Amino acid sequence: MIWNETKECMSRDEMTVLQGKRLVKVVDRVYHNVEYYRKKMQALGVEPGDINGIEDLRKLPFTTKNDLRDTYPFGLFAAPQSEIVRIHASSGTTGKATVVGYTRRDIDIWAECVARAFAQAGITKNDIIQVAYGYGLFTGGLGAHYGAEHLGATVVPMSTGNTKKLTTMMMDFGVTAIACTPSYLLHIAETLEEEGNIQNVKLKAAICGAEPWTENMRLQIEEKLHIKAFDIYGLSEIMGPGVACDCEFHKGLHVYEDHFLPEIISPDTLEPLSEGETGELVFTTLTKEGIPLLRYRTKDLTSIDYGKCECGRTLARISRFKGRSDDMLIIRGVNVFPSQVEAALLEMAGTTPHYMIIVDRINNLDTMEVQIEVEDRFFSDEIKELESLTKRVTHTLQNAIGLAVKVKLVEPKTLERSMGKAVHVIDKRKLV
Amino acid sequence: MFIKQLSVFIENREGRLEEVLETLKQNNVNIVSLSLADTSDFGLLRLIVSDPEAGRNALKENGFSAMVTDVLAVRLAHRVGRLQELLDVICKAHINIEYMYALATGKDDASIIIKTSDLNKALELLESEEVEIFTLKDIETL
Repeated sequence: MIWNETKECMSRDEMTVLQGKRLVKVVDRVYHNVEYYRKKMQALGVEPGDINGIEDLRKLPFTTKNDLRDTYPFGLFAAPQSEIVRIHASSGTTGKATVVGYTRRDIDIWAECVARAFAQAGITKNDIIQVAYGYGLFTGGLGAHYGAEHLGATVVPMSTGNTKKLTTMMMDFGVTAIACTPSYLLHIAETLEEEGNIQNVKLKAAICGAEPWTENMRLQIEEKLHIKAFDIYGLSEIMGPGVACDCEFHKGLHVYEDHFLPEIISPDTLEPLSEGETGELVFTTLTKEGIPLLRYRTKDLTSIDYGKCECGRTLARISRFKGRSDDMLIIRGVNVFPSQVEAALLEMAGTTPHYMIIVDRINNLDTMEVQIEVEDRFFSDEIKELESLTKRVTHTLQNAIGLAVKVKLVEPKTLERSMGKAVHVIDKRKLV
Repeated sequence: MFIKQLSVFIENREGRLEEVLETLKQNNVNIVSLSLADTSDFGLLRLIVSDPEAGRNALKENGFSAMVTDVLAVRLAHRVGRLQELLDVICKAHINIEYMYALATGKDDASIIIKTSDLNKALELLESEEVEIFTLKDIETL
């Protein structure tokens, strides 16, 4: 079903005009309300009057996660605090979180976008949907929740953590749709299998996202649960889940480009690339009031296709992600930067010990282990000292990145040294 | 008088203990006694050796984490309840035993290695109990 046919099926010309009008407005907004952007634009010699349509987009400055860090917490907000009704936060590259704010209208538009995505997955008001993303500062839970409510579906706000309760309610309520990370859904499928219920579930669709997954994994989910699985994309800086989602033809994710203007650039030269070329995805928010961002570099690598889809939508499609142009890891839906681990270790130990982050997927759940070489200054002849060191490091890391981490002490000089750029991550998850 | 114990960090990996022993052998360091403590992720090997400093240097050169610490070596008579009597003295002074293991067993007596939360105080107490405390020299000749 197409939720908003006017917007999702408009001609390219109409879309370009709409995007142009909205771009002019958003540039005006940030120039006058956000000092940081005003200075950035002035440094480039650009004024709002220079922006007349999307053909002028490349005159505008880029925004990165570092800009959000430099203006922490509210420096990029373009609405007064009295207009902000919600705050979300995700991981920053070091220490401080990336904070975003929403006005009431932002929340409404977000719900509209998520409703479009759910409708694309065939979900209607007649469905009972379990939202099994984490509720809280993470955008996944509340984002999916508001979207599903907007659609009129019956929402069961499960959050994460209690799979037994989830499967019990899934059976008892006759749940027909679920929103969660793909790896968690596989875990749920296994639990249902163990309980002997996998043949009896009424589930028909799943909207999965917040972590990278492959087409194979999608097909595996479909086959195991006899459902249709869809890929939803988003990031808190731009909105949260619901920036793009794939349709029943699974030939890329439709971007809700009346709200989020996409570009593909070369991460090296920062020059725009043409349709079909793989590069870094960049978004300009067109209707955001709380924290509108100009040309935000997502660091996600993909390509774009402007051709009309078999489903009837004309919205541009981005291909399944081909990786990242930075070293960010997504572990159980949580963004983790190796630099966060490094900063936490530094804070604890004075200088950074040699360490390695090992990411794996065991029983369909991501695991993160940090191995630290035992240097003389950490070593002790007493086990309780070594164990208390492990506990302290575990605690510091969990606080820093908000994810369960296993810390393991290893012998000195056993972790791999590289000649060039230091390698601090081994990702054993098979995602390709 | 304390003696020196050599402590080595060992990952739970095949062959690591053997490699420690190999290194000590290559450097002509004799093992008098040892205790191996294990946790789920790593082991801690504590050794009384003929030359702890030489042992530590050799191990470090071969990439191991090793350190030398002070411990007490006590000779006690082969008699029921003797160890309990000594520990009673230590416990009454509110000193914790961190770890303990056997050093050597003779015909008439036995010896133990002991590490306590307050080593000086423990030494003082044991000396007043008229037990024999080993010196570094004693170990070298064991």
